Amino acid sequence: MSKYVGTSIKRREDPRFIQGKGSYVANLSLPNLAYVAIKRSPYAHAKIKSINTKKAAKMAGVLAVFTGQDLIDGGVGKLPCGWLVPNTKVPTRWPLMPDEVHHVGDGVVAVVAENRYIAEDAVDAVEVDYEALPVSIGAKKTTEPGAPQLHPDVPNNVSYTWAIGDKPAMEEAFKNAEHIAELDLINQRLIPTAMEPRACAAQWNAQMEEMTVWTTSQNPHPIRLLLSAFTLGIPENKLRVISPDVGGGFGSKIFHYPEEVIVPWIARKINRPTKWVATRTEASLTDSQGRDHVTNVRLALKKDGTFTGLHVKTWADQGAYLSTFAPLIPTALYLTLLSGLYKIKGIYGEVWGTLTNTVPVDAYRGAGRPEAAYLVERIVDVAAQELKMDPADIRRKNFISKEEFPYQTPVAFLYDSGDYHALFDKAMQMADYAGMRKAQAEARKQGKVVGVGIVGCIEASGPAPSKVAGALGSAVGFWESAGLRVHPTGKVSLYTGSHSHGQGHETTFAQIVADELGVGVEDVEVIHGDTGRIPFGMGSYGSRSTSVGGSAIVMAARKLRAKAMKIAAHQLEAAVEDMAFDQDTGKIYVKGSPSKSKAWGEVAFAAYTAHNLPDGLEPGLDENAFYDPANFTFPNSCHIVQVEIDRETGQVQIQRYVAADDVGKVINPLIVDGQIVGGVVQGVGQALWEEGAYDENGQLLAQNLMEYAVPHAEAFPMIETGRIETASPHNPLGVKGAGEMGTIASTVAVANAVMDALQPFGVKHIEMPLTPEKVWKAMNK
Amino acid sequence: MNVTITVNGMKHTRDVEPRLLLAHFLRDTLGLTGTNVGCDTSQCGSCTVLLDGHAVKSCTVLAAQADGSEVTTIEGLAEDGKLHIVQEGFWEKHGLQCGFCTPGMIITAVDLLNHNPHPTEAEIRHGLEGNICRCTGYQNIVKAIQYAAEKGG
Repeated sequence: MSKYVGTSIKRREDPRFIQGKGSYVANLSLPNLAYVAIKRSPYAHAKIKSINTKKAAKMAGVLAVFTGQDLIDGGVGKLPCGWLVPNTKVPTRWPLMPDEVHHVGDGVVAVVAENRYIAEDAVDAVEVDYEALPVSIGAKKTTEPGAPQLHPDVPNNVSYTWAIGDKPAMEEAFKNAEHIAELDLINQRLIPTAMEPRACAAQWNAQMEEMTVWTTSQNPHPIRLLLSAFTLGIPENKLRVISPDVGGGFGSKIFHYPEEVIVPWIARKINRPTKWVATRTEASLTDSQGRDHVTNVRLALKKDGTFTGLHVKTWADQGAYLSTFAPLIPTALYLTLLSGLYKIKGIYGEVWGTLTNTVPVDAYRGAGRPEAAYLVERIVDVAAQELKMDPADIRRKNFISKEEFPYQTPVAFLYDSGDYHALFDKAMQMADYAGMRKAQAEARKQGKVVGVGIVGCIEASGPAPSKVAGALGSAVGFWESAGLRVHPTGKVSLYTGSHSHGQGHETTFAQIVADELGVGVEDVEVIHGDTGRIPFGMGSYGSRSTSVGGSAIVMAARKLRAKAMKIAAHQLEAAVEDMAFDQDTGKIYVKGSPSKSKAWGEVAFAAYTAHNLPDGLEPGLDENAFYDPANFTFPNSCHIVQVEIDRETGQVQIQRYVAADDVGKVINPLIVDGQIVGGVVQGVGQALWEEGAYDENGQLLAQNLMEYAVPHAEAFPMIETGRIETASPHNPLGVKGAGEMGTIASTVAVANAVMDALQPFGVKHIEMPLTPEKVWKAMNK
Repeated sequence: MNVTITVNGMKHTRDVEPRLLLAHFLRDTLGLTGTNVGCDTSQCGSCTVLLDGHAVKSCTVLAAQADGSEVTTIEGLAEDGKLHIVQEGFWEKHGLQCGFCTPGMIITAVDLLNHNPHPTEAEIRHGLEGNICRCTGYQNIVKAIQYAAEKGG
């Protein structure tokens, strides 16, 4: 019986946040702290002809000014890419670019001063003479003849190509198809926009030759590894990376950024602590961005709506350089999802990873999976419309049925579990889908423009078996670690390699530990985000924290329990085999004689006094575990949305939003629902408002929150959530990822609802974001 | 220039640059880092504080403009160790995830309820128009404010 797992306990981390006591990097105060500011390129592509730092260096309060060449001469390394598919061509990227800039916002000069105001003034006083070079933008356009060549070592601006699936089976399916649905579509560029802008601080201990770096990262250990092995060159055992409270990430804080090199390099150089905090404009111009695909998709069907083949060609804009995991996103996290919830025999997907003069693109909430869900669920709707089938019916007809799990798709993945029919039943019942359709027909008669969108989406979360990741191009493994220490008095410390930047690990993980050890949740302290305290970890992204990190916790807890059983057995003079564990009370007792028992506190004290332990047993009660997942987990969803469009203005109003999800077993329903709802709203942002557009000169048109339209509270009704639970069979908790499903499903759900509303106007497809202007034009052709 | 600003009941006199923003005065001069800064253009609302009882974005106010005023920040809401009812609502209803927008959200909600103790859902959502949250989808923030409205009487 679990006491805590499955219950909605309030978050244990909240008291500090609601009282303004969050420990964000920008809040860090250190004695003698100096401030770093960066001079950035206003050009998307230019040669640096000369740099004049004299005026800036002479300003009162300015401590030093450094160019890219200064840093290179001072030993910094190039920023590496951690995921390379075969034959990837990697453009050179330095922490500050010494001779040529490749996007607006590329760093050129770093200034360090007594305070931030002086540092910003000095940045303005630095003079850089540029020679503008031809600019290339557009994921596909950049590969076409006549496009400017951006890097001498990347011909045609194609960094890599990748394909997966069964090409002959796909060709056969299209040869024999009774119907073919086809779409050209764009999955537009997004700016992640975590509310906390990135920040970095560093302190050099000259006596010990030790560096501490504080950074807004989702994964401090991999950052330490990259700093040590590639960019900063300080050995790992002399380098501590701390990610304290981090104000949202959504993928954008996974990556190794230039400032994480610049700030500690300067701290050592001037022997003073340093800090840099991004402005929102800097965040827009330097945080890795998301999506940006140009795609052609074709679906082959039988007349009865059975899917037989799918062919996808995608040009994925990777921006100016390859960000840390960039090539992973449109390959192993995208084309591998093309099967959706469906049985499709002949799938083949191809991708071209291309370079442009734009901010680098990498993982953003969903990362590849929303792009896959978007094209699959859009083309299925187009097919339903062309075959005059209800969009729910055509989906259900093609579902993998629950008896078929584990299901091997033609695009590498082995789906672990699911019951898509039951999930659709749940959502359609919650929404009263039939009633919605009836109401739509009546509303249309009254001249209203109303639509219903229904989607079924798959996600692959909790990447990945390390061996598989390595074979696919990863430079790192994707296990997670957990350390559990029971102190002599019975209090428990958990050291997790996962990182919480809003997910509530201090609560969810404590629930797991409390149940595994039979202690109170209040007795468990969760420690994360510090390479000085946690031996190693891979961090949080890809909805992996509970399925991978949580599983490591269970493993460590079970090791602890096994040792505690031995100690208790010895002290009670019983055989270990005769001992039992009461999860409710945490007592270890002799089977059949519950009064002969030992509490955790007693066992722990005995473990540390070591006065009376079994022969050969080490003192202490402290265990580590590393968990390497056997597979991804495969969350799935059915979302149904009803929209009404203002006939006069083209404004889309969401009237109802129903989200039914299967994220496996749920540890804390309150937190999981929060993840789903937050994800839904974020995904709707892509459908309706958000776009990181560039003009032909490579200028980002939305550089701050006045220009970039993220969702606001007023645009939404209460989202209705529901779930079914099919446990993942391959992790000890039975959990699947919960952090990204909302975003994956909601973008296309809303897009489908809008296209459904526009059917009477003969509209097949319009591109996101579905702004009033575009929608109005579609209605007034 | 000298400014005297009363923050959470404590009077502070400091020599500041005329261009110093109130947000930076609170964070850097006084070390009250609960007030976060999330944008450059007064859109996000993370830095919202009460200035003489009214919610303002402290990144749009100069410290010089606040001379002689009373400021309440997130650090000043709880009284005698007891959470403000809006803080309690955010905790009860899971109205926060990463916590970065939370101080500004809570202050805005306090201001909203001061002006309208029993708002409708639509009024709450409208009242949050100047505050951006990227994590929660706002739903539980709305519920937190409804909780505070009910409990706060």
